[in-house]
Amino acid sequence: MGRIQLKNVTKRFGKLEVIPPMNLEIDEGEFVVFVGPSGCGKSTLLRMIAGLEDVTSGQVLINGEDATHVRPARRGLAMVFQSYALYPHMTVRNNIAFPLKMAKAGREEIEKRVTSAADILNLSSYLDRRPGQLSGGQRQRVAIGRAIVREPKAFLFDEPLSNLDAALRVNMRLEISRLHQSLGTTMIYVTHDQVEAMTMADKIVVLNAGTVEQVGSPMELYRNPVNMFVAGFIGSPKMNFLYGDFAADRSAHAIGIRPEHLTLSTQSGTWKGSIGIAEHFGADTFLHVTLKDDTQLTVRAEGENNLGHGDIIYVTPMDGRIHHFDENEMLRRG
Amino acid sequence: MAQKKIPYQKIAVTAFAWAVGMAIFFPILWTFLTGFKTEAVAIASPPVFFNFEWTLENYDAVFERADYFRFFMNSVIISVGSTVLGLLIAIPAAWAMAFVPGKQTKNILMWMLSTKMLPPVGVLVPIYLLFRDFGMLDTRFGLLFVLTLINLPIIVWMLYTYFREIPVEILEAARMDGAPLLNEVVHILTPMALPGIASTLLLNIILAWNEAFWTINLTTVDAAPLTAFIASFSSPEGLFYAKLSAASTMAIAPILIMGWFCQKQLVRGLTFGAVK
Amino acid sequence: MATDHSRITARFMISPAVFLLLGWMIVPLSMTIYFSFLNYNLLSPGLEEWIGLTNYEFFLTDPAFFEALANTLQLVLGVLFLTVCGGVGLAVLLDQPMWGQGIVRILVIAPFFIMPTVSALVWKNMFMNPVNGLFAHLAKGLGLEAFDFFGQAPLLSITFIVAWQWLPFATLIFLTALQSLDKEQIEAAKMDGARKFNRFYHIVLPHLSRAITVVILILTIFLLSIFAEILVTTNGGPGYASTNITYLVYAQSLLQFDVGGGSAGGIVAVVLANIVAVFLMRMIGKNLEN
Repeated sequence: MGRIQLKNVTKRFGKLEVIPPMNLEIDEGEFVVFVGPSGCGKSTLLRMIAGLEDVTSGQVLINGEDATHVRPARRGLAMVFQSYALYPHMTVRNNIAFPLKMAKAGREEIEKRVTSAADILNLSSYLDRRPGQLSGGQRQRVAIGRAIVREPKAFLFDEPLSNLDAALRVNMRLEISRLHQSLGTTMIYVTHDQVEAMTMADKIVVLNAGTVEQVGSPMELYRNPVNMFVAGFIGSPKMNFLYGDFAADRSAHAIGIRPEHLTLSTQSGTWKGSIGIAEHFGADTFLHVTLKDDTQLTVRAEGENNLGHGDIIYVTPMDGRIHHFDENEMLRRG
Repeated sequence: MAQKKIPYQKIAVTAFAWAVGMAIFFPILWTFLTGFKTEAVAIASPPVFFNFEWTLENYDAVFERADYFRFFMNSVIISVGSTVLGLLIAIPAAWAMAFVPGKQTKNILMWMLSTKMLPPVGVLVPIYLLFRDFGMLDTRFGLLFVLTLINLPIIVWMLYTYFREIPVEILEAARMDGAPLLNEVVHILTPMALPGIASTLLLNIILAWNEAFWTINLTTVDAAPLTAFIASFSSPEGLFYAKLSAASTMAIAPILIMGWFCQKQLVRGLTFGAVK
Repeated sequence: MATDHSRITARFMISPAVFLLLGWMIVPLSMTIYFSFLNYNLLSPGLEEWIGLTNYEFFLTDPAFFEALANTLQLVLGVLFLTVCGGVGLAVLLDQPMWGQGIVRILVIAPFFIMPTVSALVWKNMFMNPVNGLFAHLAKGLGLEAFDFFGQAPLLSITFIVAWQWLPFATLIFLTALQSLDKEQIEAAKMDGARKFNRFYHIVLPHLSRAITVVILILTIFLLSIFAEILVTTNGGPGYASTNITYLVYAQSLLQFDVGGGSAGGIVAVVLANIVAVFLMRMIGKNLEN
């Protein structure tokens, strides 16, 4: 149904190489998230798969067939844009029906598919409104509806949640995951938010400056990041990196330890430090601790404690949770 | 609180602004009124403002005289025709510049605007001679052609600014949805840009309607629009104030009303985006 | 940011407009340049001959040219002065809170939509006529001698009419610019103790400076080509008293049928307009960047 392969795909804008040769396989039914900081080429990559952007060299295969020079509409993919890109002068019904009309589907067929998409997305009572009369979340659902009716080989999402407020974003995240479960269609999802990547993906592709840093399941990336970029990008709050003596003691260029992999004591421990700021979230507390040589460390502690500014504490990394990195910022094995 | 105070300043400003506004508008009002007077009342001293016997005899006279209807139709055909033709040429061009910008787009746009700055006398002689040789002098087609070219840069420019406000993602969505280019332009772009296209249409009809260099120099009788008709009053006939007024009122009324509807677009269309 | 396919389509879509304008600009303009080197009169066809720069020599040394040049400058500068000062004043006035703002705005804008031939004839006959014009009645009412506008001051009268036509344009642009002025800036100036005049001079006027420049440039381009107003009021007279360059070229080529001389004049007009256009284009270009 929806297997997508990139073979030595590159992209240049004039002399600027945005994406150096890239190989990537996306399996049928997978939920793949492209994640990376802005400007890392993730959207360009998605648009190349969609056919909205030319591939400079290399091949895009869809279900094993070369689609590199196939026009966007013929690729059988559907895209949900960041701004939703709804047609403001059409009703919700006509927005959703538009791709079917373009495909010259019969009237009954259109009616049937629009109705079922509206049911899935809880849009039935809004079908005769225009996009301007809808809330952000509803617009988002219309955009998804427009994608669903085409029964595409794969869905492409370009930062679809970034225009929603925080609460709605959590809801939509769940809804998209649910949709993926019920449809089972391949989905490619671009975001700069690692939380979305971690929570939704079967497979995460971490991109940086046009190159793939690492591909793997969320927990793989969390447990075994191959380099400091991935280690710092995946996980919240960010992994702590320590240099100097802290790393030298363990014969590494740098070491990384996640805030949740540190234990805390007021009596004794590996590292001694003083608390700068304590952020109480209720369930957790994040302590920003200053160690010797002004090294900053974030520590996750349990929610209800009385620690505060100026307190002296001892921090101990958990066994086997320290990541060692070499001069090239790559993970040192063994 | 100051709320209860009588707003002296606002009263003064209002009175003053209305006085200035009426003073600027007065010649138009006066022309309108004079059109309903008899010739004798029109030159009466002291002048009569409202308390005269309203008559339609001037309008009758203008209609009878000189095939007024032909002049009027020429104006309509030339201004509407040249604008519509201009739009048909400009919409694809503006689409390309707004949604597929390349390195040269800006230069092309600038160059188009610069043609608008070419003084008409710079090309008067050759255009006149070419028109003479090709039998286009005093034809509606010839004038239509010239006015289309004259206003084309403004039309392209205005459409470009309107199109740029439409997010390119929507057109890409249409492309993903399988809309071929023609459908993309007809079903998505045109309806979305309709208000902009409408004001471009209005403003350029106004400009073409009032164009008074080419319309006067390239026509004599058959294709002459209202600008030329009114110009014919410049000789002694102009001394028939009431008839001049009636003819003038008919020449300006439709366009004045149109103009009030698109006053905001005026700035966008005629400053080429140099003022926002 | 697009595909080759769409880029090719774009080139295809843009070409009709480009080729039409290119033809419109290059063909006649090169013909004008060519004619300007010929001795070519429509009254003596078949006698065309190459005479080099003689037409330019004649045109540029003709006393009529200098008078027309002076008239053009006087007309342009006069109208600019009236419209810019009047426009700023009107814009500031219309920007104040008042009752019926929309209606006043409509009244002020109206002259812009009036056909040039109409406004010139209405002013000439119904207002400035020394016998029956309203101004003559007014003078009589005040016990003064009626003034013969087009006999005594033809150019000034035309300047006044043209200024009336273009005042709305300047006003509208200044009003647009004023409305983009951050109200908090004015409030900050109030807090800083600036009085009304100081606020106008130090904040409003600098904010308008860009709009003023644009109005001056655009108006100059249009004003260099004033034609119909002169044609229907004075025919350029008496003598050359109200002839501008545009009208002079028109008279030379279409009234005296001197194609060569008229073309040389046309090229002079193009050069003059280009001097202004260069500055205008630079401003437009800068704005396109952002």
